[in-house]
Order: sequence, then C-alpha cells, then structure tokens
Amino acid sequence: MRISGKLGMGTRLKAAALAASLLVLHLAILCAGFISPYDPAIQNRDFPYAPPTRLHFNDAAGFHLRPFVYAWTPAGESYQEDLAVAYPVRFFVRGDPYSFLGLFETNLHLFGVDDPQKIFVLGTDAFGRDVFSRVLWGGQISVAAGVVATAVTLLVGTLIGVIAGYFGGWADEALMGTSELFLALPWLYFLLGVRAFLPLHVSPARTFLLLTCVIGLISWARPARIVRGVVLSARTRNYVAAARGFGGSHLYILRRHILPEAFGVLLTQAALLIPRSIAAEAALSFFGLGVSEPAPSWGNMLGELRQYSVLISYGWLLAPAAALFVTSVMYSLLADALHSRLESR
Amino acid sequence: MRAGSAGEFRRSFGDGLVKYLARRVIRAIFLLIGVSALCFLFTEMAPGSFFDEMRANPQISPETIAGLRAQYGLDQPLAVRYGRWVKSALRADLGYSIAYNTPVAPLLWSRAKNTLLLALTAMILTWIVSVPVGLWAASWRGGWLDRGITVLSSLLIAVPEIVIAIALLASAVRWRLAPVGGMVSTSIESMSEWARLKDLAAHLELPVLILALCESAIIVRHVRASGLEVLNASYVRAARGLGITRVRLLFRHVLPAAANPAISLFGFSLGGLVSGSLLVEVICGWPGLGPLVLDATLSRDLYVVMGGIMFSALFMAGGNLVADILLMLCDPRIRTGGEHAN
Repeated sequence: MRISGKLGMGTRLKAAALAASLLVLHLAILCAGFISPYDPAIQNRDFPYAPPTRLHFNDAAGFHLRPFVYAWTPAGESYQEDLAVAYPVRFFVRGDPYSFLGLFETNLHLFGVDDPQKIFVLGTDAFGRDVFSRVLWGGQISVAAGVVATAVTLLVGTLIGVIAGYFGGWADEALMGTSELFLALPWLYFLLGVRAFLPLHVSPARTFLLLTCVIGLISWARPARIVRGVVLSARTRNYVAAARGFGGSHLYILRRHILPEAFGVLLTQAALLIPRSIAAEAALSFFGLGVSEPAPSWGNMLGELRQYSVLISYGWLLAPAAALFVTSVMYSLLADALHSRLESR
Repeated sequence: MRAGSAGEFRRSFGDGLVKYLARRVIRAIFLLIGVSALCFLFTEMAPGSFFDEMRANPQISPETIAGLRAQYGLDQPLAVRYGRWVKSALRADLGYSIAYNTPVAPLLWSRAKNTLLLALTAMILTWIVSVPVGLWAASWRGGWLDRGITVLSSLLIAVPEIVIAIALLASAVRWRLAPVGGMVSTSIESMSEWARLKDLAAHLELPVLILALCESAIIVRHVRASGLEVLNASYVRAARGLGITRVRLLFRHVLPAAANPAISLFGFSLGGLVSGSLLVEVICGWPGLGPLVLDATLSRDLYVVMGGIMFSALFMAGGNLVADILLMLCDPRIRTGGEHAN
C-alpha cells in the first residue's frame, strides 16, 4: 500500500476503470435473471438460429429516443421485417419467472417487448433459445466454476505449502516431490481421464460440483510451492523467533505472522487461477463432459459450434467465446495490477 | 572448464553426469508410476462401466456380462488389476481396449503419429519464430515494436486456447483461408504423391497456426525477459561499444547467455508434444490422440483413456528429462554438480 502514493494519475485511473469494469461484469452475471429478457432454457421452435434482432431508432416519423423493433419473420440466414408493425422496447417488464440469487421468486426483467414479439439481442440457437440470456446465465455457472475451483486450489495449496514450508523435514520433501508429479501432469488428458471415471449421467448440480473440485484439486501444486517459499522466508524473521520465544503456539504464529505475508501472493494467484479454471471448465463442457444441457455454460454453448456448418452460418453463436475473451483479459489485467502492487515491494 | 586439465574435466563431467542423470531418470519413473496409480485409484471410485449399456439390454444375460467382466479382468480387486496392467504396460500393450477389441498401445500409436506430426511442425515453427522475435523485442526495449509484441503476447497468454482456436477456425471456415476437418481431402485416392503432400500441408495450416500462436506467446515473453537481463550486462555494452552489428550481438553474445530459461521451456515444449494439442485436435477435427481419448472417455473405454494419459505422461517425463540433460550440457554450474544443481 506504500506504493499507492507514488502511483501516477494515469495508473490510478486505469486501476479504477479496471475495478469498475470487473464489477459491472460480475454484477451483470450475478443479476442474470433480471438483465436477461427470457428464461435460458425456454425454446422457441419457430425461431431456430434467428439472427440478432435489429434495434431501430428511426422510422418514417423521425428519430425516437426509445428504441423499437419491427415485427419479423425468419427467412433463412436473415429475417424479414414488417415495417408496418413496430414494438417499442419496454423497460422493467414482467416476463418469465426466475429466482433472484436464490433469494426470492420474481418475474421482473430489465427490458423486453410486448407479446407476441420477441427480442433476441444476440440471436437464438438451434432450439430458438435466446443466446443473450444464455450467455448471462451461462456466465453464472462458468464464473462460479472458476471461483469454486480456485478456492479449492488455494485452500489445498496453502495448506500443503504451509505444512511443507513451516515444518520442513520429510513432510516437505514428500509434499514437494508430489507437487512435481502434479506439475508434470498432462492436465487436460488427466481431466478427461478423471471425467471418464466419474459417472456420465448424474444431476447437473453434482456434475458441476465434482468437476470444479477436480479442476481445483489438479492445480494445487503451483500455489503450494509459492506459499512454501513465502513461509520459508517468513519463518526466519526475527519477530517470528521472538513470538516463538514468548511461547506462541504454531497455530498462532501461522495465523498472526506467516499467513498474512502470503496474502498478496494468494490474491495474485487467485486472479491468475480463476480465468484458467473457467477455461478448463469451458473446455470440458465443450467436449460434452461438463455441465450438461439444458443448463447453459460458456463451454457447452460453444460445443454447438463443433459442426462447421453452424460455425459458418451463425456468427452470433460466438458470443460465449467473446464473453470468455473479455473475462480472461480482465482477470489477467487484474493479476498484473495485483502483482505489481502487492508483490514488488 | 578450459582451464582445468583433461582428467579433471572428465572426472567432474562424468560424475556429475551420471549422478544427475540417475536422479532425473528415477524422478521420471516415479512420475509415471504416480500417474498410473492415480488413474487406477480413480477407476476404483468410478460407479459406471463400459458394460452398463449392455446391462440395460434385455437380450444380453447377466451371466454373459459377468463372463465378459471376468475375461477383461474387471472383477478382480484393484491391486490385482493394477499389477496386470503394469505387466501389460511393460510388454508395451498398455492394457486392452474393450471397444476396439485390440491392445491399447498399437491403437494409440497409430493416432499418436498424427499428433506428433502436428505438434512437431507447430513446435519447429514456434521456436524458429519466437526466439528471434523475443530477442528483437528485448533489443528495442520500450520502442513501439517491443510494446506491440509485449501487448500481443500478453493477450495471447491471457485468452484461453479454446477461444483463440474457435476464432481462427471460424475465420478460416468463413473466408476459406484453409481447409478444415481431418488431415486429408476426400479425393486423396486420386492424387499424385506430390499433390498428397500439398494436401496434407494445407490441412496442417490451421491447427499448426493455432498451436504455434498459443505457445510462441509464452516463449517470446521468456526470451525477451532473459534477453533484457543479459543486455544490461557490461560485456554486452562493451561489445556494443566496439561497434558490433545488432544481429551478431544478439545471436552470438546475448542468446547463449540468455538460453537457460529457454532451454527449460524447450523441455516443456517437448513434454507437451502429445498432450498440448488435445483441444486443437478436437476443435479442428485432426485425427490424433485427442479425439480418440475423448471418444473413449464418452464410451468409458477406460484402458484407452488411461493409455492416452500414460502416453502423454511418458512424453512429459521424457521432455523434462531431455530439458535437464540439455541444461546440464549448457550450464557448467549444473554439470559440476554444485549447489545450484537444482
């Protein structure tokens, strides 16, 4: 924190912008039910692969502040608009029911249009499901997978790192030897293997939990080695020796003097690990081994693109890839910022 | 080294080499044992099996399934199965595929050849491009070229491989930049030798490009970082003062001194030859090890999955070993078995 005084105006502005955009991203994903106009699983069999609905501001009468859409019918890769019938976009409308953060049931949505018209901001998929809603809801699953897996990794990694670094001796040798094993694992193959040994058809919630735990458990080695290094250097500090001399217990010393030293490193690791876990989950779901339909995740939405014909014709189905891109870049910027701020003292 | 007598040289070199090598080989063997044991532990925890679908079929009696289970040794306890598998692995069979009804190793090898073709091409391209680019960026530190390269490589590292692969695939398909899917065209039978080669090269383009892009970003970053360190050294400044050309300076004086991290990375590249391209193979439809193992995963053909894991682990261990040996050959501190050996 000492450095913050030296930070230039530009750096601060950048940091603030980064924090704000991360906040917006996560709020949007958290409030997926409110922001998305439709239920992610509801199919509109009449509109498979409908392109993004065009928003209009101008009509014969001139400019309108409130955007509107024309009534439209699908026609191949594009669609036909009926310029005679316009539906204004309304805000705070009632629509499909959903549970807000699991707290209460509601059917309030940020925006929508009157029935029977539909508004598909990012088009629809093969079953006519709204891609925009699915990206938001899928984000909940993907980001939750990333955060949970990272929490597991850091928990296990810290525990092992502390044991190895603080107590040393044969425990250190054994644990660090094992960590070398895990570092050298061909992790994606291993993940496939682990998935092969887990039940194929179980409830989505259980699959999700199992998967995230496995993704988290596989990558404990690097944080463990980093934490071990921090603990090793912290252990030799004079104040630790003094605390020992005053009769402080191991647990007390770890909590009070040693773990706080590892805090910055762990935070940076978290920023690095979350996007990687999200990507791992996306890869598995892309293969059809992760989160299963109809629940959306960024990975299983991309899975549809494994058919080249779909990939050529329906560009809007790349939306989850864009979401992955934005999320990963933001987290990587966060990791850089945390690294230069917390670690390079 | 040059100062010491020949005998001293051989003694220190030989001793260090044998000890060092032995330690690394033992580590590699432990890695393989560890990975296989982990896999078997997981099979024990798995509730489903390949025969689940047969069990659902009323025409197949439970006795037949029990017989099949016994035939493949699946009714034995874990330790026995593991012992059998190790024996089979030592015979270079790696177990038996239930779905393909053949030993696993030949099956894997026929696919691994394609994977190696893809990965080796990508690796050669990656290294040929990224070492000069990294050094070049370092020598123009702070310039627009350096900044551009740094931003691009950070971006490529940050963005998940799956996104890069799908984006490139989408553009290749949309604008017909390169053929996608499989490794040969359907009309391959009617082609001459030369045309076949060209066809293969065309099919390699896209997956190689994806792999090379993802990997070169990391290598460029490391080469640049270690190049920067060396460029600050006084002997480099002295050489520069003598009016040496930039190319000679970079490749004759900077590169050897900055090579250590790059050599470790080279080992990782080698180690990842089989396992690194899984995602790209599946996305581009390249008939390598990846799609085979993925199908085996979906059909619960456990020994094929395990074989795939072991095969890639073998390469991992081998790659790390090669990197260690190369490092030792290049770095006298390691060669003499000093304190810096690890």
